[in-house]
Amino acid sequence: MVDTPAGGAWKGRLMLGLMLAPAVLWLFALIVLPHVDLALLSFRERLAPRQYGASLAQYRTFFGEPLYWHVFVRTAVMSAIATALTLLFAFPVAWTIAKLTRGRTSALLFVVCLIPFWVSETVRTLGWMILLRESGVLPQLLAHLGVTDVPVELLYHDATILVGLVYTSLLFMVVPLVNSFESLDNSLIEAAYDLGGNAGSILREIVIPHATPGITAGCIVVFMLTLGNYLTPNLLGGKNSQWFTEQIYTQFITRFNWEQGAAFGFLLLALSTAMVWVGLKASGQRFGDVMRRA
Amino acid sequence: MKIGRLLLLMLGLTLGGASQADDAKKLRIITWSDYVPAEVAAQFKAETGIQVELTLSNNEEMISKLRATGGAGFDLAQPSQDRIAGAQQEFRIYKPIDLGKVKLEQFVPELIDIVKKNASIDGKLYALPYVWGAEGLVVNSKKAKIADYGDLCKPEFKGKTAVRLKRPTLMAFALASGKDPFALYGDIKGYTALMEEVGRTLSTCKANFRFFYDNKDQLLNGVRSGEIVAAMMWDSGAWRLNRENPDIRFINPKSGAIAWMDTYVLPARGKNDAAAYAWINFTMRPDIAAKIAKAVGNFSASKGAEQLMEPRLKEQFKESFPDGFRNVKWYPAIPAGLEEIEGRILDRIKAAN
Repeated sequence: MVDTPAGGAWKGRLMLGLMLAPAVLWLFALIVLPHVDLALLSFRERLAPRQYGASLAQYRTFFGEPLYWHVFVRTAVMSAIATALTLLFAFPVAWTIAKLTRGRTSALLFVVCLIPFWVSETVRTLGWMILLRESGVLPQLLAHLGVTDVPVELLYHDATILVGLVYTSLLFMVVPLVNSFESLDNSLIEAAYDLGGNAGSILREIVIPHATPGITAGCIVVFMLTLGNYLTPNLLGGKNSQWFTEQIYTQFITRFNWEQGAAFGFLLLALSTAMVWVGLKASGQRFGDVMRRA
Repeated sequence: MKIGRLLLLMLGLTLGGASQADDAKKLRIITWSDYVPAEVAAQFKAETGIQVELTLSNNEEMISKLRATGGAGFDLAQPSQDRIAGAQQEFRIYKPIDLGKVKLEQFVPELIDIVKKNASIDGKLYALPYVWGAEGLVVNSKKAKIADYGDLCKPEFKGKTAVRLKRPTLMAFALASGKDPFALYGDIKGYTALMEEVGRTLSTCKANFRFFYDNKDQLLNGVRSGEIVAAMMWDSGAWRLNRENPDIRFINPKSGAIAWMDTYVLPARGKNDAAAYAWINFTMRPDIAAKIAKAVGNFSASKGAEQLMEPRLKEQFKESFPDGFRNVKWYPAIPAGLEEIEGRILDRIKAAN
């Protein structure tokens, strides 16, 4: 049976296996195993010190206490709004980079988008806090110019959280959009104008359909990043932030309630999976195609 | 084959590296900020040759980290005295103190009595006192006048006060409502009812809190900039502000400041107990304890250290506590399960509008 070509194929497969080994090990040890452990954890309940029994109590608590699913829904809605806003802001930026500029200017614009990411998220968020706090730059300036009588606190509002989230995720929307726009043949647009199209109809009939995979990819990435963000909502939202990741952190660290935290973690995972699925269905895209664009 | 050998080699290197790192010349401490001044660590190294490795943290994180590793990763930790017995019963993360290795005569006896009462399980002692202080109110006397925790909720202070969204705040507002939460520790039903009432009070008061602070600097900056005129805070932070601006004062609230005490505990799987005991005996030496007390801004549990304290700090203490520690309540050990009740209340306050 084992002749030379088959042996060659076998060797090829071995090589492939070896090449994939780091990725598979990584996936298994750092993603699959911890999730299995968390799943088991989320289905148990503390009965007495160091005694645990299987139960659905953690999930029951989630549905029984309005507070938790309120925060859950709020996180999902705010993330969706942040994603939509990011798309709105990234669209013209990406269009400018891909179509209206060439060579060095285009590269320069891209770098400008990238620069904020040279510092860590913490520093970026703290920067916003310095700008927006009552004794900070912007409120002082507004008061000085007479727009407001006294400096107003701009931190700790939902709008502040959205600003921070959009700022943090802009790049992840710009990159896939630029890729999509670059592959759009300019002659198509010219032809559309020749045939009597205007800016609105061209955007609707040509640009957006062509860029749909890029838009979907960007939206998925931004939505997942936003949903799982901990730092920005926490720092900018202050006493009213109520982000679901914060609930998870609190359950694990402050309350020592790993079981509840694990259950919350899985609910968040289910939520992001469901939203991505809905997004793909709604835009008529396939996951594989979309991910290649991201 | 080659790859397999490489993997083995890499594995060996990591393991070898790990075992080399925890030799007898290293003491890994997880503690609060300011608790181990660089000067003291340097002197310890000079005297014993042991290098101190610091991780800065707070009560909940210390317990969570030790729970995650089953008590490994650190040789000494410093949680508060009321958080030890419960965590030990639940997670088995500490080991008992061997009193034969500690110079007990260096400690203030009253403080030893408190840990004996609150941090003993089955006759074994799990903690020794380190520093102590009290949590009350800090107020900018030019901008506000308050006498008790409840005054933070007065309408004129809208958006100008701050508390932590943590259990000390619940305890303070329970005391301010005229009830004693500590007396209800054993009565789950009564305790839940009291906490729910406190939760409602704090939810209605939420508009008054500019933020819930979760680190000292956030509050200090708020008070310095004038954004905060009154807040719940512990004495040392307030005294530090007082040195910068005499208008800012620490006051002992009418319903009583709540005293805390941070301790030394040995994590269950710490690897260098000898160094930990050496550190405990070293840091309780009056001259060293006085240096630590100065850095933390609170009093040490070392018996001789008080005489060596800065006169300024003693003065501040007298001014804040004119009748000594008479109107001060010590935290009793928290029974397991209570923090779950409090957790739900804290979540509700956070969600209130």
